[in-house]
Amino acid sequence: MKHILKTIVIISISLMALASKAEIQIYITEGRSDARPVAVVPFKFESESAVQAQPPFDFAKIIADDLRRSGKFNPTEISKLPQHPYSIEDVKLEQWRELGVDGVVYGTVTQTASGNYMVSYDLIDPFNDKAIFSSDIEDGSYPLIPTSSHLMVLKTKIVDNDNFRWGAHIAADEIYEALTGERGAFATQIAYVEVNRADPRPHQLFVADSDGFNAKRIFASRSPIMSPTWSPDASQLSYVTFENGRSEIVVQDIASGQREIVASYKGFNSAPAWSPDGSQMVVVLSKDGNPELYLLDLTTKRLQRLTRHYSIDTEPSWAPDGKSLIFTSDRGGRPQIYRIRLADKKVERVTFEGIHNAGAEFAPDGKSIVMVHQNNGAYHIAAQDLATGQLTVLTKTTLDESLSIAPNGSMIIFSTVDGGQKVLSAVSMDGRFKARLPATVGEVKAPAWSPFIL
Amino acid sequence: MKRSVQLLLALTAALTLAACSTTKPEEEQVDTTAQEDAAAQAEAEALARQRAAEEAERQRIAALLENNVVYFDFDDDSIRSEYVELLEAHAKYIQSSGKSVVLEGHADERGTPEYNLALGERRAKSVAQLMRTYGVSDSSIEVISFGEESPANPAHNEEAWQENRRVEIKYQ
Repeated sequence: MKHILKTIVIISISLMALASKAEIQIYITEGRSDARPVAVVPFKFESESAVQAQPPFDFAKIIADDLRRSGKFNPTEISKLPQHPYSIEDVKLEQWRELGVDGVVYGTVTQTASGNYMVSYDLIDPFNDKAIFSSDIEDGSYPLIPTSSHLMVLKTKIVDNDNFRWGAHIAADEIYEALTGERGAFATQIAYVEVNRADPRPHQLFVADSDGFNAKRIFASRSPIMSPTWSPDASQLSYVTFENGRSEIVVQDIASGQREIVASYKGFNSAPAWSPDGSQMVVVLSKDGNPELYLLDLTTKRLQRLTRHYSIDTEPSWAPDGKSLIFTSDRGGRPQIYRIRLADKKVERVTFEGIHNAGAEFAPDGKSIVMVHQNNGAYHIAAQDLATGQLTVLTKTTLDESLSIAPNGSMIIFSTVDGGQKVLSAVSMDGRFKARLPATVGEVKAPAWSPFIL
Repeated sequence: MKRSVQLLLALTAALTLAACSTTKPEEEQVDTTAQEDAAAQAEAEALARQRAAEEAERQRIAALLENNVVYFDFDDDSIRSEYVELLEAHAKYIQSSGKSVVLEGHADERGTPEYNLALGERRAKSVAQLMRTYGVSDSSIEVISFGEESPANPAHNEEAWQENRRVEIKYQ
């Protein structure tokens, strides 16, 4: 335990002055002793423009922050770097081997004559001389020297002021994938609801980058907003709104802001969940007397009833293959997770451990589910392996709810109460890494992690 | 939970019957002026008592009607016996006034928001069900659940949770 980082690491502090009021900062509250050391060298800046302007953000720092926030890497402090190389010829492999880092990232940001930024960056593995590579070396556009055989990533991209941070997140994804073999999820977004009771329209729906920056308010209301969820192509959000006095399900196009009410039946309309192919949605309606799952065809708007039970059935989540759903039901007396097969509507119980299990979601690989689990009065995030049935409690906070899993299955974001305030929190799928994302104003809840964005 | 309400209703009915059966039989009348005066006085007193009783009842109902929130136990939609009198008063008033009500169901923040939306609806439906047994028509009642989204007390502690597990009776 003593190796666990207890220190609070403030990641996004330098840009707070620029941050809009709704932006969320990320604090790592529990690091991992086995986080791998990597080096991200500050990038060189060059300008080809007559009007020289520093880039709007520190590209290398965004990459380092992303890697640290994954819980899997511990970027070396800049003051402890043995050298600051900017190209492959500068790299002194033995110095990096001595430092013991798994990877070294370096690069150059060049302001072009047109005012954009050309960013070139490499990742080398100091210990592996058969790392790859690559057509760039073979065609002579990259120096054919022994160090080049250590190259794992070799990239150039053009960005401007508006997509500078996004470009850095994509770079972090490439580096993360090269080092772990798992696709990165930094170039993704998070939707969440903020409640600021001082505002005349206190209920506000935001979309921000996965690191909390670039928060954009896409809807505000005097009435509550619930259950935001992404379309599989990440172009639309569905959520529950009370703007007309009672719950209705809306689909909103993120780019245009155009909104459409897709469910406004008698009783309540809740818990939208898009099918993996995006053509349908499972929604929970109480129009026939009590809450049931219905399949809603988004083109024809036709409904097909899926469950038929006098208990509460709600909180559907699709299996990745689109053939079944898990949902919460108290048909056994207390809320537990059940699974329904779409082909024959056969229902089977999935969770047996704990008094109260609810709000479950499938992991992207379909092999496990993550849920809100209560066994002795405290509501924790827990994961259950579907093959073995083994349940693992992942969090120590006691009012966890509204979980959402990153599209690469590495991390879970959820809402909880911490320090008397409703905040967002994140925990790695194995529970060993934790971070807190408090809002600067108001309370934040109902986070939804976007799918991969291309 | 429904059972407890029914028991209470049965008990109330039994007590009412007992009260009726103990009414004194009418005494034989004697024809004298004094007796007439005494009778007139007694009648006046009885009338006054009746008016006072009616006034007390009116005030009791008015006081009950001022209270339009019913609270619930954790993860439960049963109506506590202490609220039956209150809900009967509202039910009678809805019928006599011809007004309609919205029953707003709420839950505390524990558990998941979508489940709590369902729980809030269950609570409001429990209240609606009891009002119907007192004769309120379906068309006079609308049920809306807000789940945990509209807390009466936004704090995150036991005291706030007690205040938030509620159904609000809102006249239209």
